[in-house]
Amino acid sequence: MKFAVIVFPGSNCDVDMYHAIKDELGEEVEYVWHDADGLDEFDGILLPGGFSYGDYLRSGAIARFSSVMKAIQKAAEEGKPILGVCNGFQILLEAGLLPGAMRRNNSLKFICRPVSLRVENNETMFTSVYKQGEIITIPIAHGEGNYYCDEATLHQLIENRQIVFRYHGDNPNGSLDNIAGIINEKGNVLGMMPHPERAVDQLLGSADGLKMFQSIVKYWRETHVVTA
Amino acid sequence: MYKVKVYVTLRENVLDPQGNAVKGALHSLSYNEVKDVRIGKFMELVIEKSERDIDELVREMCEKLLANTVIEDYRYEIEEVVAQ
Repeated sequence: MKFAVIVFPGSNCDVDMYHAIKDELGEEVEYVWHDADGLDEFDGILLPGGFSYGDYLRSGAIARFSSVMKAIQKAAEEGKPILGVCNGFQILLEAGLLPGAMRRNNSLKFICRPVSLRVENNETMFTSVYKQGEIITIPIAHGEGNYYCDEATLHQLIENRQIVFRYHGDNPNGSLDNIAGIINEKGNVLGMMPHPERAVDQLLGSADGLKMFQSIVKYWRETHVVTA
Repeated sequence: MYKVKVYVTLRENVLDPQGNAVKGALHSLSYNEVKDVRIGKFMELVIEKSERDIDELVREMCEKLLANTVIEDYRYEIEEVVAQ
């Protein structure tokens, strides 16, 4: 399976993402600059964290208009797995690939620490290797992770089981309904504030993020690799 | 030429953590009359005249980029100025 790590000016988790795929997962991965206009050669797209365009105007607001986003839109329509982490999630929201928006954390502080998450839906291409209800530890690092959407959208997210991760125990940022990560209705675009790519080895304090990448590969092998 | 002032604030029903913090600080300065503080953005655009209707043009910019209408409201003022 071949992954693309999209790099915007100001991305800063691209190297961690690359490392997670190449060294821990053992799959193919390439950096793709934001001005690329095609992603056809890739099977999975990863939007890393950081501060694309310095978070000017709003987090993700400017990145959403870069030329690679048209290719990401196309990949989303084709059903390819697309994962946006932190700023990547914010970009997916701004692009309208996921519903809702981010507000400043309730505390107004930038929070960087491991948090507990509950896997709310393990029947997705991103979470199938987790157990339903599994509690995992993944670090967060953000100042604007306070997820918001209107009531109708929240109702829809709950109804369709689109809330994939919730904060377990205390909610670090004040997000609506303790939301930490959501998926689109079709099930191939996932956005989450916590950083699975920073939790891929016990040496980093947790390896719980690795199962997310393993789930994506498992899905891809099951649907694309024809067994003779 | 037009000088356009765009104001973007969080929507009424969206909690504004920054505004709340500032309200708390004003209260601690004994300005207890302050009932609410909303923090937003102010943008000033200088726009050349074109065939496009200026009002329509600015609204389009707000909807597409300047405001995120999921959580933000916007309003604007358009002033016609003589180019220098």
